[in-house]
Amino acid sequence: MYRITGKKVLATGVVEMTIEAPRVAKAHKPGQFLMVMNREDSERVPLTIADSNPETGEVTIVFLEVGRSTIELGEEFQVGEDLFAVLGPLGTPTHLDKVGTVVVIGGGLGVAPIYPICKGLRATGNRVVTIIGYRRKDLMFWDDKLRSASDELIVTTDDGSFGMKGFVSDALKKLHDEGRPMDRVVAIGPPVMMRAVAELTRPWEVPTTVSLNTIMIDGTGMCGGCRVGIGDETKFVCVDGPDFDGHKVHWDEMFARMKVYQKEEREAIASSPSCRLYFETLKR
Amino acid sequence: MSETIDIAALGGVKEGEKKRPRSKDRRLEIACQSVEDRLKNYDEVALGYSPAEAVAEAMRCLECPKPRCVVACPVHIDIPTFIGHVSRGHFVGAAEDIRKYNNLPAVCGRVCPQENLCEAACIINDTNPKNPIAIGRLERFSADWQFGHSERRADSVAKAPATGYKVAVIGSGPAGLSCSADLAKMGHTVHLFEALHKAGGVLMYGIPEFRLPKAIVQKEVEYVQALGVQLECNAVVGRTMPVQEVLDEFDALFVASGAGYPNMMGIPGENLNGVYSANEFLTRVNLMKAWKSDVGTPIRKPRRVVVVGAGFTAFDVVRISLRLGAEEARIVYRRSREEMPGRGEEIEHALEEGAIFTLLTNPVRYIGDDNGFVKAVEVQKMELGEPDSSGRRRPVPVRDSNYIIECDTVVVSIGQTPNVLIPSNLPGLATRWGSVIKVNRETYMSTVPKVFAGGDAITGAATVILATRAGREAARSIDGYVRDPNRGWYPPAV
Ligand SMILES: Cc1cc2nc3c(=O)[nH]c(=O)nc-3n(C[C@H](O)[C@H](O)[C@H](O)COP(=O)(O)OP(=O)(O)OC[C@H]3O[C@@H](n4cnc5c(N)ncnc54)[C@H](O)[C@@H]3O)c2cc1C
Ligand SMILES: Cc1cc2nc3c(=O)[nH]c(=O)nc-3n(C[C@H](O)[C@H](O)[C@H](O)COP(=O)(O)OP(=O)(O)OC[C@H]3O[C@@H](n4cnc5c(N)ncnc54)[C@H](O)[C@@H]3O)c2cc1C
Ligand code: SF4
Ligand code: SF4
Ligand code: FES
Repeated sequence: MYRITGKKVLATGVVEMTIEAPRVAKAHKPGQFLMVMNREDSERVPLTIADSNPETGEVTIVFLEVGRSTIELGEEFQVGEDLFAVLGPLGTPTHLDKVGTVVVIGGGLGVAPIYPICKGLRATGNRVVTIIGYRRKDLMFWDDKLRSASDELIVTTDDGSFGMKGFVSDALKKLHDEGRPMDRVVAIGPPVMMRAVAELTRPWEVPTTVSLNTIMIDGTGMCGGCRVGIGDETKFVCVDGPDFDGHKVHWDEMFARMKVYQKEEREAIASSPSCRLYFETLKR
Repeated sequence: MSETIDIAALGGVKEGEKKRPRSKDRRLEIACQSVEDRLKNYDEVALGYSPAEAVAEAMRCLECPKPRCVVACPVHIDIPTFIGHVSRGHFVGAAEDIRKYNNLPAVCGRVCPQENLCEAACIINDTNPKNPIAIGRLERFSADWQFGHSERRADSVAKAPATGYKVAVIGSGPAGLSCSADLAKMGHTVHLFEALHKAGGVLMYGIPEFRLPKAIVQKEVEYVQALGVQLECNAVVGRTMPVQEVLDEFDALFVASGAGYPNMMGIPGENLNGVYSANEFLTRVNLMKAWKSDVGTPIRKPRRVVVVGAGFTAFDVVRISLRLGAEEARIVYRRSREEMPGRGEEIEHALEEGAIFTLLTNPVRYIGDDNGFVKAVEVQKMELGEPDSSGRRRPVPVRDSNYIIECDTVVVSIGQTPNVLIPSNLPGLATRWGSVIKVNRETYMSTVPKVFAGGDAITGAATVILATRAGREAARSIDGYVRDPNRGWYPPAV
């Protein structure tokens, strides 16, 4: 039913996978995600839809192998095999209205999810300036795709091994210091990075959209496990988001909630042979 | 697979003989796992009647000519007839008879609040107080027997010739399953969309294994599929496909999307780690099987648990916590024991298993530790005042009565409301309180032509049997609608 049709290792622990899911591919809009279950007993893992092709019925995901489910998916599943479940597209699509110049920022794994957003923002007539950041040159991926989807592309690496040395937030600050137009900012990546971006743009009063990646179970608005404080309301990330106003997110609460299952996740890894193997390979 | 039943040996009524009911006997208890054993597993607690026990219990029924029990059953199962079959050893016949009225007998026999329904009305209560016929247990016995002893049930069901009409059903809980089964029997093509990866709705993700084995739910699902219903899981109507697209493709649409949105109280500290909605807790444990050690979905092992509320859900949560090894599992409820809406048998079982009841008490805030994990709840004592609109006495706070209960897990079980996904994606669909779909109570038609709805989606959280009934009645109405050449059905008065 949900056949893996392509798989590529983009960098250490970063896997690009295309999956047959015709309904999802047809309905997908930028900013939405899907849920994958490797097997019947697996977790439901939320992953952003990084690309979709309604003609072939395929969707693309890019994921980092961080724990039991993502390691299993990356290490054990090959092209031609079927996944137990793929559900989507979920979440509220990113607003793509024409506002002028939009700076779209992707940090690390966030580079993949911004690809459809850049394309969408350009299609509605925005000028898209994209900043993508990686830790090192050898972890880079999809820079060519992002270049083609943007009017301007800035690449940063933490160690300066490619492009500008520093974080994506440094590049953003530089753009602002140069007085470049900036009507809206969209930032996707590790929560620390999104918070840094939101704190930068707050005094500039530039509307800033972030995409939250809380822990989820069903992804359909049923469990409340993904809830976060936004302004004075509690929102469910899977239905009300994942996009939110970065200036309203209760970041401390969000960080605390992401740590709930750390202990249990370590145990899950320990009980999975392929995960143990994976981490041993990493150590070597 | 069929087995010969020696009815004489079982103490039942032989062919050609008259029944001599033994209504003075006490109602037969159902064998249960011992408390000690059941706290160590997730297996079903109530073990079911043996054939001899079922016959003995059936022998108590008077088979009343004007049965009050039938009136009290929401789907009006012909109780004297099916119990008559049991007392004569026609166990499969009993199940088939029940199925004429109820599509989910193995489920309802287990989870119906019988003590408020059929059994409350049984005439034997008048002469032999507190000893009504165990109708639910007999229903369960018959349905289980049929599962175990007759094959190819779906093929033997009389199905009308194909009509060519196509109906879409959204949601595979009891309402959706029941409606799909009936529509298929009427000869319609039925496509059943389910958002989750398993069909069954609350029966799968809510009610725990030790009350309702998931294998039984899946057998009912398979039965519905065997009738020809096309089940599509992982399909969230309104996301995976627009509601309008489904509407264009089908002759009618039945919305049975349930009441799955968890209510929270909106008090301080609710977003602390360790504070769950009942749905999150139940979904992790039931649907994602977090109670097994070898699955991917984790659950934090609770040590001291506070469960807020006292409905079906609250008792399920408290009993799961005890099975997960909690040292202390406490129900905190703002009214008293009499007002508890939970099912009688479950309240008893929870008490036996060691649940603590802290009644006439309500949480006012949750207190967290430095890492954002809940460590205590501040509660306030309540007293009962004047009756409110539900007829129950309204709890009012007692001044200066606050105190602290230490805990590491809180599960908020104060009810669910329907999800807004379908209403917000279907222009013209009228709702109450923003999410409960309004329908005409006779036809189940909503304010949008060709869209029908039933179950928890139109009532808010209710019961399995009411959802099952809505599915069945809606199927009848949808059948009339699709066959009507004009389809000029009245815009419903709601
Ligand atoms: C809407 C949404 C979109 C996402 N899109 C992507 C994507 O495109 N690519 C991608 O690689 N990941 C994405 N994530 C994160 C991804 O879901 C998690 O990495 C994944 O669930 C981890 O599962 P696991 O079993 O492999 O690891 P686990 O064993 O569950 O966790 C391993 C480690 O990852 C942390 N972790 C767990 N859940 C999350 C989470 N939701 N976000 C961040 N860290 C987490 C844990 O705290 C732990 O330290 C997304 C999350 C959400 C909510
Ligand atoms: C923990 C718990 C215990 C309970 N115990 C009892 C009990 O002992 N006895 C009793 O009588 N009642 C009990 N109830 C209540 C009973 O389960 C419900 O009243 C009943 O299940 C309602 O049936 P339904 O078919 O309307 O909806 P549900 O069973 O809620 O099913 C709705 C289904 O629709 C799906 N869905 C929703 N939206 C969409 C969409 N957009 N697209 C596709 N699919 C969708 C959902 O995933 C779900 O599977 C309990 C409830 C809970 C939560
Ligand atoms: S369906 Fe429920 S109310 Fe009706 S007879 Fe069975 S147990 Fe009683
Ligand atoms: S009222 Fe009681 S005795 Fe009479 S038919 Fe019903 S179950 Fe039997
Ligand atoms: S993941 Fe369950 S409500 Fe969002």
